[in-house]
Amino acid sequence: MSAQLAQYLLGGLTIGAIYALVALGFAIIYNASRVINFAQGEFVMIGGMATVSFANAGLPLAAAVPVAVLAAAAVGLALEKLAVEPARGASVVTLIIITIGASILLRGVATLVWDKNLHALRPFSGDTPIELAGATILPQSLWVLGVTFAVVLLLGWFFGRTLTGKAMLATSHNPLAAQLCGINVRFVLLLSFGLSAALGAVAGILIAPITLTSWDVGVMLGLKGFAAAILGGLGSGVGAVVGGLLLGVAESLGAGYLSSAYKDAIAFVILLAVLFFLPSGLFGRKSAERV
Amino acid sequence: MRTKLLASLAAALLFAGAALAQEPIKIGAFLSVTGGAAFLGDPEQKTLELYVEKLNAAGGVLGRKLQLVSYDSAGDAEKARTFAKRLIEQDKVDVLVGGSTTGETMAVVPLAEAAGIPFISLAGAVVIIEPVKKWVFKTPHTDRMACERIFLDMRDRNLQRIGLISGSGGFDKSMRAECLKVAPTYKVQIVADEAYGAGDTDMTAQLTKIKNTAGVQAVLNAGFGAGPAIVTKNFRQLAMNMPLYQSHGVASKEFIKLAGSAAEGVRLPAAAVLVAEQLPADDKQRPVAVAYMKAYEARYKQEISTFGGHAHDGLMLVVEAMKKAKSTDKAKVRDAIEATKGYIGTGGVVNMTPADHMGLDLTHFRMLEVKNGNWVPVK
Repeated sequence: MSAQLAQYLLGGLTIGAIYALVALGFAIIYNASRVINFAQGEFVMIGGMATVSFANAGLPLAAAVPVAVLAAAAVGLALEKLAVEPARGASVVTLIIITIGASILLRGVATLVWDKNLHALRPFSGDTPIELAGATILPQSLWVLGVTFAVVLLLGWFFGRTLTGKAMLATSHNPLAAQLCGINVRFVLLLSFGLSAALGAVAGILIAPITLTSWDVGVMLGLKGFAAAILGGLGSGVGAVVGGLLLGVAESLGAGYLSSAYKDAIAFVILLAVLFFLPSGLFGRKSAERV
Repeated sequence: MRTKLLASLAAALLFAGAALAQEPIKIGAFLSVTGGAAFLGDPEQKTLELYVEKLNAAGGVLGRKLQLVSYDSAGDAEKARTFAKRLIEQDKVDVLVGGSTTGETMAVVPLAEAAGIPFISLAGAVVIIEPVKKWVFKTPHTDRMACERIFLDMRDRNLQRIGLISGSGGFDKSMRAECLKVAPTYKVQIVADEAYGAGDTDMTAQLTKIKNTAGVQAVLNAGFGAGPAIVTKNFRQLAMNMPLYQSHGVASKEFIKLAGSAAEGVRLPAAAVLVAEQLPADDKQRPVAVAYMKAYEARYKQEISTFGGHAHDGLMLVVEAMKKAKSTDKAKVRDAIEATKGYIGTGGVVNMTPADHMGLDLTHFRMLEVKNGNWVPVK
């Protein structure tokens, strides 16, 4: 494999892992409520910015990271309690618009709590590049890939083996039946927001040492994570991960072999192509309406 | 009856005249204090505030106090235009100093020309003053001069085949075009030409393409803001063992902070004020540079950047012009600015002409290198 191709693949997998985490966040909330939470990107931003704040305030990184994740989860829970639950009888479109409004609000609050400048986060274990198959990779990229892999395994265990996780899956299949079985659907919704926020925050913290963070990183990352979720099939966990990785690699290869100036466009071209030709994505359920 | 009317008219005019004399001279500014260009606009804002205060403490200009009316355009050309309109029409300022970025400046140029108000821009691209516009001036060195200064250094180090990587902003695109234009004059061949988008967070793909181009000896990054910081980090990540040059758009400690240890060894052209204390004792610029550095650092406990220096020069040029013209009449001030000769600022010695509304040449544009997180002049 040529060194150039290896470089593109490694870079693409790194950013793809981030897209995968964001896409998983979309999938979990969609499953619990059929709502597409467009504030997902802001959780990514909160994770990164909060860690920078705590680290600058003197906390060691090992403490700053969990606190930041908890802070983001708290924001996610607050979002659900204050914005989504009061409107739970409304149509899905209304709820989606509410999340868009929430994302704008969160960005505005971020500029007040922090500032509008760029911030750098110290890499977890230094920045001496490592050689791999003729390409170089940062230790931080290994953290990204490793933690994403661990998170995916953890989620798989959670949804497959714990009662709460199975309850969430049940709610995603059929909320009414789940309620009749005694599952607290409201609690499942709350938990899904908190979990998605935590996932987004983890993604933001992992990528901040590589890409710098600021109040508006959430916009692009959120949209690309959404594109990845659609590519993989909205609602499918496996789809979210595969979609994220595929999107990251496609972006990197496109920038390398086609045009570097239009890298951002690649994600959205893929999104449009999927919506036109394969709306249920790669792993999504093909739904049919009975008239 | 008529004498009473004449007397009251005279009294009114006298009062109006007196009132005018007490009215402060308004300096209008629109700067990118926040946003992606914050490390340009923030020191510019602080410098303007500091020096307006100092000038007022020394008695003001033409017996009147100076008043700074400034807005934060956050790097957005739309906002810059709106604020400039407000400054001209509502705040009725006497002169405009601002436009931290090329995009913002170019959006305001038509307003300044139409309103007939002198406008000193603090942005880099050569397109601001070429073709020359009657009311528009600028203080920083142009991007073309940055290219020339860099190519001179490359020639000294025998670097003939280079890769170019630039962003999508106004300054980035302008500097890229200028570098492509002047490269042949310095016998430099640009063998790779890559671009990245405004919000891009990973330039390894573009740098990999450059790395794999045959015979590449150095890389030039034309841009400012987050892009160059990420390019520099990616550059080290890819272990590209060749010289990396940045533009004067990153001449601030913020760049070193963002890029971290990756910034070691990066070279860039910058105004001598960054290394004020390392200038030789007989350097004409040393007194001004050191004075600015001491005043700024004492007040703000923050290291200086060339951008604050641009704002200092802009303000001083305006003040000198007003003193020379003995008035704040916009046309007279404009003529006086255009006639500036031998003004020693933080950027260099300024000699303006009707065809050259910037007035700097390459002599005081130094090549600096980052060593141990600090700027060091290259001999």
